[in-house]
Amino acid sequence: MTTNNTVQAQQPDGFVKNETIIAIATPSGRGGVGVIRISGKDALSLALKMTPKGLGRNLTPRTARLTKIFSTDGALIDHALVLYFPGPNSFTGEDVIEFHCHGGAVLLDFVIDTALVHGAVLAKPGEFSERAFHNNKIDLVQAEAIADLIDSQTRQAVKSAAQSLQGRFSERVTELDELLVRIRVYVEACIDFTDEEIEFLTDSQLVKKFEVFEALLDNTLNQAAQGQVLRDGIRMALVGAPNVGKSSLLNALVGDEVAIVTSIAGTTRDVLKEVIHINGVPLHISDTAGVRHSDDLVEQQGIKRTIAEVEKVDVILCVVDAKEADDIEIKLRDNHKNYLDEKVSHLVDEDNLVVVVNKIDSIAALPKKTMVGKIPVVWVSATQALGLDLLTQHIVKERHDAGEGAFSARKRHLHALESLRTTLITAKEQLYEAGAVELFAEDLKQCQNLLGTITGAVSADDLLGKIFSSFCIGK
Amino acid sequence: MKHQEYDVIVIGGGHAGTEAALVSARMGSKTLLITHNIDTVGQMSCNPAIGGIGKSHLVKEIDALGGAMAIATDYAGIQFRVLNARKGPAVRATRAQVDRSLYKAAIRRMVEEQPNLSLFQQAVDDLIVEGDNVTGVFTQMGLAIKAKKIVLTAGTFLGGKIHIGQTNYSGGRAGDPPAIRLAERLRELPLRVERLKTGTPARIDAKSVDFTCMEPQWGDTPTPNMSYLGSNEQHPEQICCYITHTNERTHEIIRSGLDRSPLFSGAIEGVGPRYCPSIEDKIVRFSDKNSHQIFVEPEGLNSKELYPNGISTSLPYDVQLDLIHSISGFENAHVTRAGYAIEYDFFDPRDLEPTLALKCLNNLYFAGQINGTTGYEEAGAQGLLAGINASLAAQEKEAWYPKRNEAYMGVMVDDLVCMGTKEPYRMFTSRAEYRLMLRQDNADERLTQIGRKLGIVNDQRWAAYCKKQALLAAEEKRLKDTWVHPSKPEATELEDLIGKPLRKESTLYDLLRRPEVDYSVVRRVFGGCPLDDGITDQILYKAKYEGYITRQNDEVKKMQGYEAIRIPTDFDYSSVKGLSNELLQKLQEVYPGTLGQASRIPGMTPAAISILMIYLKKMNQTTANSI
Repeated sequence: MTTNNTVQAQQPDGFVKNETIIAIATPSGRGGVGVIRISGKDALSLALKMTPKGLGRNLTPRTARLTKIFSTDGALIDHALVLYFPGPNSFTGEDVIEFHCHGGAVLLDFVIDTALVHGAVLAKPGEFSERAFHNNKIDLVQAEAIADLIDSQTRQAVKSAAQSLQGRFSERVTELDELLVRIRVYVEACIDFTDEEIEFLTDSQLVKKFEVFEALLDNTLNQAAQGQVLRDGIRMALVGAPNVGKSSLLNALVGDEVAIVTSIAGTTRDVLKEVIHINGVPLHISDTAGVRHSDDLVEQQGIKRTIAEVEKVDVILCVVDAKEADDIEIKLRDNHKNYLDEKVSHLVDEDNLVVVVNKIDSIAALPKKTMVGKIPVVWVSATQALGLDLLTQHIVKERHDAGEGAFSARKRHLHALESLRTTLITAKEQLYEAGAVELFAEDLKQCQNLLGTITGAVSADDLLGKIFSSFCIGK
Repeated sequence: MKHQEYDVIVIGGGHAGTEAALVSARMGSKTLLITHNIDTVGQMSCNPAIGGIGKSHLVKEIDALGGAMAIATDYAGIQFRVLNARKGPAVRATRAQVDRSLYKAAIRRMVEEQPNLSLFQQAVDDLIVEGDNVTGVFTQMGLAIKAKKIVLTAGTFLGGKIHIGQTNYSGGRAGDPPAIRLAERLRELPLRVERLKTGTPARIDAKSVDFTCMEPQWGDTPTPNMSYLGSNEQHPEQICCYITHTNERTHEIIRSGLDRSPLFSGAIEGVGPRYCPSIEDKIVRFSDKNSHQIFVEPEGLNSKELYPNGISTSLPYDVQLDLIHSISGFENAHVTRAGYAIEYDFFDPRDLEPTLALKCLNNLYFAGQINGTTGYEEAGAQGLLAGINASLAAQEKEAWYPKRNEAYMGVMVDDLVCMGTKEPYRMFTSRAEYRLMLRQDNADERLTQIGRKLGIVNDQRWAAYCKKQALLAAEEKRLKDTWVHPSKPEATELEDLIGKPLRKESTLYDLLRRPEVDYSVVRRVFGGCPLDDGITDQILYKAKYEGYITRQNDEVKKMQGYEAIRIPTDFDYSSVKGLSNELLQKLQEVYPGTLGQASRIPGMTPAAISILMIYLKKMNQTTANSI
């Protein structure tokens, strides 16, 4: 007996990813070379669309070739090396193209944008490795490692995205989401409950909501385009008890006297920020007021800002005085929050904590990096400039290893909002020109899915729930 | 006493049970339909209507698979309407007011005339369970009847409890006994059982009603049919419905009776549907609304009873009387039956396979309200699906169920097995993410071929289907092969009609995709096309939706990839690192059969699915290597 359950015959191994994915394979920042990797069945054809005619003929597998990369309107973006790895002899097992461009966030960004227009999609966290695994390029014993990688990179991406988008931006996206849900509640109710006297087309309030939605979207996108809501690089905060040398450490890292370094507890009453570049990656360092109970109003203000600052960062450097570090391993193992004030400890987890033992010169210890469970402990002396490179290298390397970072996350968000604007134009045509409510509804659903990639999905059931609480349904 | 053995036994003669029994017998399985009362086979326990938005989609799918509901509706429908007529074909629906006795008679006739199907009147008290296998049923009089597969469609009868005001009693439906013994036995199985509630309004004697102050509502002309094979000639006399409204006084009466309402006193524990609240619930939850619509629906041509749709209630009888008498047109109304709420057991559908077979016991299928759904249409569709699969399994053939992109039926079973339900589950078009593909008009295109292969579509339907498909293909070809050049006089004529110029050479099919062009334009400018509206409409919709459907098809392809990855029933989710506790718990509640189902569990993330996929691959390879 034949049935239409054709899919049952397939096995996981036969599962083919349809999309051609793209991502920057080198760390974000101002490095010398930025590698863009494209993987999937359309990798080659995509690359050929972005390069001069005839490249296809001259491309030898696994051999670098100099080429030009053009934008969709034919403008030259960059001179770059291109490498073609036909599947299955590639990292992912699929056709892979690599562009080695002149590094620089804006330029790489432009190349990626161009590829997206040609049909590539941004790779999800860990997706290159995931594909390599499914195409048997990575041994089965690595399965858990790959799963871990996806998990940690996803978490990192979520966090990076949240942190790279300033509060105002995420507020707006939430607002957009809520507005859209309210509009869809009307539209879907008018489709599914035709007897209930809900006529949204004549509802001026709804038209108004729609206009507000559009205006808010445009506004958000404009601001994003001007870079007002976005930041790049790794953000870290220095926290720790008063007088453990946070400001000295900041100064040592920056190599400039930006913070007032005195030995009176509570001197730093504000959040100081500096940027240094390590291997081309911008590190935004914030020194924070020593968190402690205080009656001083100015200092209380500082403590508040500390907490606000810690909420936004990727890495928290918890500074500990070497004199109090005798049993640090035991204390950390016991509870990794042992050295943190309770006001900030809820913001810290094992993934973002780095413990810095400062003033090692006072106990005559040597700089080193050790691991206590998942927590790295770096032994330094800020005033003697000992072990600082251990610290910065650790941070840059960890963040790089932890994934694509803020860049992709942000990119994905902006891309979602741009697609949203395009879909919205179609939606308007369907409603006002064709009068096709069901297609209007379909476009709105698509809009919601796009927003959902930033804010989380709204299910059919969520929507129905809102309909039932907004309208008295039921004959 | 020994009874002969069957391939399939269906317990229950409602909308799920009759579809299940009929389809099983059509597939050649020796089938027994066992019910506590043969005279109530095909009974419509609630409102006298079939169809509606989302629901008629299910009925048309049942029809496309050769089922009974649409056919019976055409023989019993006393008013037919097209809903959402101005809102586009995907969300258009058909609704029929139905004469209860004609409907019951039509179903009874089909059941009695069906070869391979026997009817037997007995209450079922227990299942015969041997190990993990269900092998038959025990009836009230101690009879054991064996079968390869059992379909249970017990409706609201399991532990049914009826509430009217502060009094309550056990009942399966007004006038019928509940199935207490069976409910007790089923509660011993390792299944999750919950309570749901539904309600029905009082019935009113039409002789005592003043219709002159109500707004009449006639059916549509031309009159639609429910079945693709149906015709207007089958329809009985068509009648009028009426609309009246509650008013402030009605609401006052209701408010004054709330202290004696079982709904608010806590006597009712079961969860009722939010989309079909009782009138007291509406008054409380939407207190700012000073009037609610009531659709006054005749129960049948030879019945004087009316069904006042919109005032379902479990308030005490005296309050029911007062509230009805406060309504315009009902001032002197005589109530023939009191309204009531009914609470009943349902089984968490997450314990089911998408074939509606139980996961924990072999040979047993559940369909209809016991799975937490509401509505004749939802029940009928599940009955059909359970019947098909029980019969396939009895014949040792591979199971079949429709996917979310193939049918509303597929959406429903997938929702049920992936998400379960907290309130009586009703179909809405907004539940179907592929709504544009799942239309009433193309139910046959989606399902009839499959039905034919399953052996449940008869020659008559198959011939009609093939003819329609041939006409569609020919017409589509004609449209795609006919070119119009902007320099031709036709182009000028077209511009005059639609107010927009033709910029480049186009086919007629391309033209149809433009919002301002429909078939009448094409006919006027380019002449002849003798086809009936059913055909031309379908081509028109296809053309208009093309871009959207292409996009949805891409989504479908992606989904099918995940759907193809099966998750073994003994898969240990707790061994998977990187799943949050919340997701782990959800996965352990559902035990999805495929990665696709897992992906639709609320709260599931793409990363979690990627991780599951990696573990599944590792497990599969390891198992394959060890063999």
